[in-house]
Amino acid sequence: MALLELKNVTKYYNQTIPALEDVSFSVDEGEFVSIIGPSGAGKSTLLRCINRMVEASSGEISVDGVISSSLTKKKLRALRTKIGMIFQHYNLVDRLTVIENVLHGRLGYKSTLAGILGRYSQEEKNQAFQIIKILGLEEQVYKRCDQLSGGQKQRVGIARALIQNPKIILCDEPIASLDPNAAKLIMDHLRNISTEMGITVIVNLHQVEIALKYSDRIIGVNKGKVVFDGLPCDLTAAQIQAIYGSESEDVSFDLGERHAG
Amino acid sequence: MQFEESIKGWAQLADTTKDKKIMSIIAPPLNKASIAMRAILLILLALTIYFFASIDYQGVNVLKGLADTFNNFMTIFLHPYAHRFTLGEAFVNVMITLGLAFLSTLIGGVIALFLGLLAAQNLAPKQVTNLIKGFVAFIRAVPTILWVLIFAVAAGLGSAAAIIGLSFHSISYLTKAFSESFEDLDRSVIEALMASGANWWQIVFQAVIPSSLTYLLSWTFLRFEINFANAVAMGAAAGAGGIGFDLFMAGNFYFDLREVGVITYLIIGIAIVLEVVSTNIKGRLQKST
Amino acid sequence: MRDDIFTKRRNDNLRFFLVLIILTVGSIIITNYDVIKGFSSIAKALIWGGSNFYPDVKSLRILPEILPKLQETILMSIAATTVASVFALFLSLAGSKTTRLNRIFSIISRGIASLFRNIPLVAWAMVLMLAFSQSPLTGYLALFFASLGFLTRAFMETIDEVGNNSIEALQATGANYFHIIFQAVLPASMPQMISWLLFMIETNIRDATLVGVLTGTGIGFSFDLYYKRFDYHAASLVVVFIVITVIFIEFVSNNIRRVIL
Repeated sequence: MALLELKNVTKYYNQTIPALEDVSFSVDEGEFVSIIGPSGAGKSTLLRCINRMVEASSGEISVDGVISSSLTKKKLRALRTKIGMIFQHYNLVDRLTVIENVLHGRLGYKSTLAGILGRYSQEEKNQAFQIIKILGLEEQVYKRCDQLSGGQKQRVGIARALIQNPKIILCDEPIASLDPNAAKLIMDHLRNISTEMGITVIVNLHQVEIALKYSDRIIGVNKGKVVFDGLPCDLTAAQIQAIYGSESEDVSFDLGERHAG
Repeated sequence: MQFEESIKGWAQLADTTKDKKIMSIIAPPLNKASIAMRAILLILLALTIYFFASIDYQGVNVLKGLADTFNNFMTIFLHPYAHRFTLGEAFVNVMITLGLAFLSTLIGGVIALFLGLLAAQNLAPKQVTNLIKGFVAFIRAVPTILWVLIFAVAAGLGSAAAIIGLSFHSISYLTKAFSESFEDLDRSVIEALMASGANWWQIVFQAVIPSSLTYLLSWTFLRFEINFANAVAMGAAAGAGGIGFDLFMAGNFYFDLREVGVITYLIIGIAIVLEVVSTNIKGRLQKST
Repeated sequence: MRDDIFTKRRNDNLRFFLVLIILTVGSIIITNYDVIKGFSSIAKALIWGGSNFYPDVKSLRILPEILPKLQETILMSIAATTVASVFALFLSLAGSKTTRLNRIFSIISRGIASLFRNIPLVAWAMVLMLAFSQSPLTGYLALFFASLGFLTRAFMETIDEVGNNSIEALQATGANYFHIIFQAVLPASMPQMISWLLFMIETNIRDATLVGVLTGTGIGFSFDLYYKRFDYHAASLVVVFIVITVIFIEFVSNNIRRVIL
């Protein structure tokens, strides 16, 4: 059974033009899926509909067999603990240390009081430490996040998502604010998380060539509609034209390097 | 290298999330900032408790006093009524208060423009900026009411003393704000004009003031808002006239709360209009920069 | 075309100065302001101040009277600010767009803040005096209510500035409202809030003087007393102590700000 399933999802921000129109697809466990498309195509909205940070206007979304739209607030929070999220601007609390930001990923499992006081178990701290170590941030553990570089901040973002023990990680333009080296490191980590840990990764991307290189599967979105859904090797220049429309001339891509998946 | 390592790491993590290997996590060292914040809050709390323990309550029943105050405010806001002055007279007095605020903001703004230039570190030598900054800090430390009363000895109680007194504080406030806006200006712009042979006045009028004009206007308007409130207070406490004086008479002389109500509504109305305008100006500024 | 831009700018400037002149003339007429007398009185005041308004040895006799008043005024300002900040914290959390529970509470708390801020200090002082007569509580409560309005607005702006991104991230992990407030919003906005609190204490010491003159309490009353007895040496000594206090507090808060911001 599919881990994530969207059926006819539509979202209107205003009365006239839909941000998403009749979007349907499903994603299996451990898959690495890239969502590509021009800016304003609805990629961000699509991603946020999955964990209900944005409420879909109609349609049905089920995560791990649970239909999310009918959940109460409390059950929704429980569902969100299974879905990690990574942001373009990292969204860390800059004045707190790396380890504190990472442990924020555990808040969804905590009682109100324990969360307010910031009480975490030894096991949680160990796990946080282990993840931070693997991400190569061992020396920064007690540094404040405003002292980190962009690439380091995004690794903290990944750690915060991973400590949730998620089944899915949603990444909203995770490398759009990073230099090429840091971007490569982040994408490598995400790819490995998917392959080695069996976590489903869904990434919004701007760059076609990066999607081609890392993904098991690519979903192309334009004006709120899915216009391509398939393997990286099936994506042709004509289809890229269809996804990016008139913007396609500005999109640089190289169809050479593709993920072997 | 890092890539290879991380592959190993992630595979391990998937298998060993329940690994019991105890890694001693020392509590994160408290940094200077958070120690300072806790200390300040504790000190303030202690001083607050000491204040309540030490003051002479003069037999006032606090709860009864608060209840009375609440009832008084209910009278003020629910039954406003004035018979000692007409609405037309009240309007004229509001205009007088606005006039006091306007003149002191204008005088303050013009003088602060020059002092602000001299107090900006990128435009004036260090000795001059320190001198001006010290001077305006001194002016600011004396409460407005005291300035007005001090000037009143020489000029007599009335609008002259109030306007000069209010201007003094405006100068001090705006000099600080203006000089900080000037200091935000990119050093390279000044350098470029200096390299082209422009002199100090040319640089000031062609580059410095035009590029910070929007900030200057927004600070000045904010000061106008503050000066309106101050002008009300000076009317009440220093006989400067205007709506503040009416408020003082109604409250302290006639003890007529319903008249206080009418005046308070008028003042709040003007203050809210000024606040909305200044928020709009600020919003437009943020959009344009 | 080029000509047009310059003419337009010149016309704009002309219009601006015209409005300014009209307003100035109007203000001078309505306030009955004697411009020449106004400016000449500055010189007169300086000459008069130099020869009369300075503390002399004899005026030191009043020290035992004014020092307790000064202490009372300082403590009153601190207590009013501290207690007001606690209430302002709740009001601002309820009122801020990013942390509000619902629209109605938000509108109510914004309304309270706006009302308290705009009721003139004079009105607070006079109304409170009716119930509390000349006790320190009159001054304390007047400062408290005015500070409550100002601090609520300042805190609300602080929360709006720092919040959004990290709040979104914590919502996505499944954290609840209180977790988000205590783990993201407060740590991020605390330094700025303390900075506002210190600013408010400075302002309140100056305002306490005004309230004192109006209600016959604290250091403002001392000044008024000597001023009305034409004992200018003693009155100037009061001013010297106020100046020293305000500058000292400003110095201390600037140093605190350097550490915490």
